[in-house]
Amino acid sequence: MTGRYLLRRLLAAVGVLWAAFTVSFVVLYLLPGDPVATMASGGLDGEPLPPEQLDALRARYGLDQPVLVQYGRRLLAALTGDFGTSIQNGQDVRSAILGVLPPTLQISVAGLAVAVLFGGTVALVATYTRALWLRQLLMALPSLAVSLPVFWVGLMLVQVFAFGLGLLPSVGANGPAALVLPAVTLGLPTGALVAQVLAKSLSQALGEPYVTTARAKGVGRAGIHLRHALRNAALPALTVLGYVVGNLLAGSVVVETVFTRPGLGRLTVAAVGVQDIPLVQGIVVFAAAVFVLVNLTVDVIYPLLDPRIGATS
Amino acid sequence: MPRSLTPWLVAAAVSLSACGSAPATSTADPGVPQPGGTLRFAVSSDQGCVDPQQVGSNDTIFSLRQVVDSLTDQDPATGELRPWLATSWESNADASAYTFTLRDGVTFSDGTPLDAAAVKANFDAVQDLGARGTLPKGYLAGYTGTAVESPTRLTVAFDRPNVQFLQGTSTHSLGILSPATVAKSDDERCAAVVGSGPFVIESYTRDESIVLARRPGYAWGSSLWQSPGEARLDRVEFRIVPESGVRVGSLASGEVDAIGNLAQQDEAPLTAAGAQLLGRANPGIPFGISFNQATPLGADPAVREAVSLAIDRAEVVATVYSSQTKPATSALASTTPGYADQAALLPFDLAKAGSVLDAAGWLPGPDGIRARNGTPLTVELTWYSNSPANRAAVELIQQQVRKVGIDLQLREKPISESTPTQQAGDFVASWGNLTRADPDILRSQYSTAGNNYYRLPPGPIDTLLAEQAAQPDPAARAAIVAQAQQLLVQEHHTIPVVELTTVLGVAPDVQGILFDASSRIQLHDTWKVQP
Repeated sequence: MTGRYLLRRLLAAVGVLWAAFTVSFVVLYLLPGDPVATMASGGLDGEPLPPEQLDALRARYGLDQPVLVQYGRRLLAALTGDFGTSIQNGQDVRSAILGVLPPTLQISVAGLAVAVLFGGTVALVATYTRALWLRQLLMALPSLAVSLPVFWVGLMLVQVFAFGLGLLPSVGANGPAALVLPAVTLGLPTGALVAQVLAKSLSQALGEPYVTTARAKGVGRAGIHLRHALRNAALPALTVLGYVVGNLLAGSVVVETVFTRPGLGRLTVAAVGVQDIPLVQGIVVFAAAVFVLVNLTVDVIYPLLDPRIGATS
Repeated sequence: MPRSLTPWLVAAAVSLSACGSAPATSTADPGVPQPGGTLRFAVSSDQGCVDPQQVGSNDTIFSLRQVVDSLTDQDPATGELRPWLATSWESNADASAYTFTLRDGVTFSDGTPLDAAAVKANFDAVQDLGARGTLPKGYLAGYTGTAVESPTRLTVAFDRPNVQFLQGTSTHSLGILSPATVAKSDDERCAAVVGSGPFVIESYTRDESIVLARRPGYAWGSSLWQSPGEARLDRVEFRIVPESGVRVGSLASGEVDAIGNLAQQDEAPLTAAGAQLLGRANPGIPFGISFNQATPLGADPAVREAVSLAIDRAEVVATVYSSQTKPATSALASTTPGYADQAALLPFDLAKAGSVLDAAGWLPGPDGIRARNGTPLTVELTWYSNSPANRAAVELIQQQVRKVGIDLQLREKPISESTPTQQAGDFVASWGNLTRADPDILRSQYSTAGNNYYRLPPGPIDTLLAEQAAQPDPAARAAIVAQAQQLLVQEHHTIPVVELTTVLGVAPDVQGILFDASSRIQLHDTWKVQP
């Protein structure tokens, strides 16, 4: 692996982060609506404040300055990890995001585990079995799982397993039992994606000449499948890891809502709902950082799996 | 099987068949109130702040109302103000100064005494609250200061008459917090507060729960409560459950004892499972349509009258809202003090709507839409997506007025744009409501001396609304408020349609959840029937 290859990847990552900050800034400030007026409308219940009081509030949150000045200040602060304070409750944006990370990480890791388990099993069995009907059935599963609305799956699971049978807790984030239903809900569509990609590359790999060679050497079917084909087919599956992480993050919005778990998804929904500009921007940049990190990791692992990549690029 | 599947299956079956059976209400005598137990209450959202002076969402007010006491309490039946922390009060002649005598011996849960200086510290600090403090700021409009005359006597002064302040003292918005809490910044207060109420905040986990514990030794309850002493429940857990299907399932399966934010479709499964439905109309301005009278269509009295005549309020209520909801019958909701029934001025009469438009020169065109001098009768109605019922309501109204040739075009906006839209006058007609248990809400909405978002021309209504705000005699004030309502409805400055109603689903063994005058809840007297 050359240092040049890594440096280029790193620079690209920084560029993506800067773009995320800038685009979110532009979008948030060009959005119609006024965060201070939103807060000051008192929800459904109050009379709006007179304009002079609104102006005082804008000054307090620094929203009265020229847009470029605001941009410069916020960018400088963001470089030190400071994204300001939430307009909604005055909480420091960084600690608000870090505070909801543990439950979101739990659910994402558990969801990923379900996804890999479900997706891997379906792909392996579908490509291994000689029964045509089973193969067709399994190959149809991913499309079905992808097309089911996540919130519907979640609601059905909670109705049956929590309210109906009383086997598992319906809501909350306490203990491993509370993790089961959300993880299954989150893992199904993501697992479907994994199954589709893996099954396709497995079928391809099984047609490669080295499989024929291995077979001629007397390696058994299962051995070919697991030791030879799967190793090669894993690379394309790894490539979609970034996409899978995106799936998990997006899914967390729904899953956290249905299962009443605190987390990044709930935080995002609340922040967007009241146009809490500093918080929304903090979340956008954070999400971009996660993607950048995942893709950077994939980029680094790639040449380790396939030395040709680092050498030729 | 730890829990019976039956209630859930019954609930599902009933909701699927959607049969209209009468709600099953428990008629058995609950017996003598029993102390103890934990009430588990699921609400849909968390405002992210536990300072009662800074929150405006019912979901959060439900819990924080139990943590603070107020100077006064408002009788939900009569609208009268009753003693709570204050044993008596009087105002000066023009309602610009109020003197309160406080009850002795009240303490905050941190041990400090609740005296006149503590009340003054609260009112002084309201001015420094940020964007979240709009409700108390509104009640204290024109505040010039509080004079402490003795530990139990104080006078609050304003630079102009302020009748609504007195009602404000009964709300959570002016609930009294400990001086140590008041001294903190508004942001810090969002994380923790200390009050003198029958419950204290035991824990707050953002987006998850607000847990309250009974305050031992509490002995200064409102004169409206059944017992002035300690609360009956040991604890109250408010769980934040955003998904309505999960809330309903939680109540039906016994995981929680009460839920808020009930939709019409949630009712049948719950009543089938034996739950009680508690409802009370929100006081203030009911949901309805108000026109921007600076626009040609909004300024046309015939158009406003025809829209009012063409709306079938009974159908809107029956189709969209919960069974506890009533059509609006005045510019104020029926639970507002000073409400005067104007139903006679709000008939559903398609024929008359047609003739009013005919007379004004709006004649039916080939496509059924009326037009005058080549201008089609197309009215744009702006509405906000803050309540799930709004879309269904405005879409039904659109169909209703179409029958008399009015082309209602719906423009949806996020609630965050409501204030800028109103300030800019960027609307022709607007669908909305406001909750407030005092008729002065009319002045804030329809007086041309105020924001005048609806661009009303100056007129006799201004005089009436100013007079009622300076009239300390309740009976005389009610008479003026009645005249104002009549004028507002008669001239269709507002077209009231439906009374927003707070509906709770409550387990059969829970007794004594009381609605206060603002249709929020009071849990001091609440208890659970022990099995």
